[in-house]
Amino acid sequence: MGQTITEKIFASHSGRDTITPGANVWVDVDVLMTHDVCGPGTIGVFEREFGTDARVFDTDKVVIIPDHYIFTQDKMCRRNVDILREFVKKQNITYFYDPATDDYKGVCHIALPEEGHTRPGEVLLGTDSHTCTAGAFGEFATGIGNTDAGFVLGTGKLLLKVPPTMRFVLDGELPPYLMAKDVILRIIGEIGVAGATYRAMEFCGSGVDAMTIEDRMTICNMAIEAGGKNGIIAPDDVTRAYVTARTDKPFTEFFSDPDAHYYSEHVIKVAELSPSVARPHSPDNYAPVEDCADTRIDRAYVGSCTGGKLSDFIAAAQILNGRQVVVDTYLVPATAEVKDALETTMVDGKPLTQIFAEAGCLPIAPPSCAACLGGPMDTFGRAMGEEVIISTTNRNFPGRMGSRSASVFLASPYTVAASALRGTIADPREFL
Amino acid sequence: MNVIEGKVYVLGDNIDTDQIIPAQYLNLVPTIPEEYRELGRYALIGLPNADPPFVAEGAYQTEFPIIIGGENFGCGSSREHAPVALGAAGVKAVVAKSFARIFFRNSIATGELYPVESGAPLRTLFKTGETARLDLDANTIEHAGTGASHDLIALGDARHVIDAGGIFAYARKKGMIKS
Repeated sequence: MGQTITEKIFASHSGRDTITPGANVWVDVDVLMTHDVCGPGTIGVFEREFGTDARVFDTDKVVIIPDHYIFTQDKMCRRNVDILREFVKKQNITYFYDPATDDYKGVCHIALPEEGHTRPGEVLLGTDSHTCTAGAFGEFATGIGNTDAGFVLGTGKLLLKVPPTMRFVLDGELPPYLMAKDVILRIIGEIGVAGATYRAMEFCGSGVDAMTIEDRMTICNMAIEAGGKNGIIAPDDVTRAYVTARTDKPFTEFFSDPDAHYYSEHVIKVAELSPSVARPHSPDNYAPVEDCADTRIDRAYVGSCTGGKLSDFIAAAQILNGRQVVVDTYLVPATAEVKDALETTMVDGKPLTQIFAEAGCLPIAPPSCAACLGGPMDTFGRAMGEEVIISTTNRNFPGRMGSRSASVFLASPYTVAASALRGTIADPREFL
Repeated sequence: MNVIEGKVYVLGDNIDTDQIIPAQYLNLVPTIPEEYRELGRYALIGLPNADPPFVAEGAYQTEFPIIIGGENFGCGSSREHAPVALGAAGVKAVVAKSFARIFFRNSIATGELYPVESGAPLRTLFKTGETARLDLDANTIEHAGTGASHDLIALGDARHVIDAGGIFAYARKKGMIKS
């Protein structure tokens, strides 16, 4: 019987020809990623269990990307980056992007592909739930905790259960006012925050074929919001062009067989969707923007691994160009590369930085996770009171962006920008 | 541990890990003993309308060793600080209709608490502050006041891992890793 792409990756990494969903197998890990929030605890587990003299399984396969609490005065956060520095030095780890140097990158899930660490056919585990973003590159990528990661550091393997696959066929191309964010919000709205628990979410169809790599990253990024074990998109020329420009490492491509067995299939006619939001306080609280048109907002936020990529800022700039925001608008590029590109990328002959400045946005912040998850009190964009925020981020559970009394609407960069211009939740079609 | 007896704290569906331990406390490193203890103080401090608070102000331990949850307990972020904070606060078990997978996995790997699936929804049958008796051998939870007993889904192999104190302790006990 045929196998899905996820099953094939599991099989190839556990020394088998075929595999059945539900099987528990030891999987070889190609890349283990950690950051400043979970890295110290992971290192603690590793040293406690394997010994302070133990060596990591492969100094080229452990990628450490500080990104969460980088620009804070909080002493413990700064100490946590020092813990990473000491470990990197002691272990001679190849890939570490130190915030105190020009090597600093920013948000790990965007830095990983930029630095050539995401490759088709591989197994990537990270101490962060949005590790599933890398599934856009045709690999199995999922989030794990410190203890599991400590285990991988020592052994290079992890015991994982093979997930059954849910198939999502995206039919038709994105209309000009719709973004990948709208599609994934629709899917999560349909199946719910536990609709994909313990399952792989495989995205395919003409809609996916027409998507850029960044669109695909947005889709896979939010698989976790439906409880998915991983999100995945088969590699094609788009994937190959991106990956081969970033790394010389060879990779193996896998594709789902035509007779593969799927747990379920959903078809989404992309052209029929409207711009949408997830209302407070759940990512599955889906509504088309029409239903929220008069909702006043206090703040707009463009950033995070979900909505802080270059294409997200281009989209926001298309709406903001020549217009004025009426609410505080926070811009946080995901990585240093994205931030630099804001100066050289043009819309209508104007650099994005100029468009944002003329629109009255707040000064662009240095790259990091920033307020997506609240964080220390001095985090840029952190909710401190009862703010109503519309944001390109991934979660809106109570207190997610800081204050428990704040309300967060999740949306595409187009919708966030349109709302920043109106001061209420707005339809980007008014401006395109 | 076969039997856990104590007061229950009843929660709804989709209690995500930001509510269990908000991001501002993630500067605490779970493997540093003083910081492990601090995490216990902040367990469930993210709940918007907690009445009573899960951990009393100024305390490091909760009065409620058993949490009764609804669907998808522990969803959201993969932060292992979540089951750690609960365990540090003195939680022995979370009995929920269903769990999110990373939280479930982290609970077992750390051995911090027993994540028990209840099958049927229990949260209408208990009120915060009532006493329950959780029997991990019989796979039942009994309401101390009424005597009513409800069947739970067995933890299977995961039970032994948590009994041992987590995945590494279990592996050592079984000779999978040399001590």
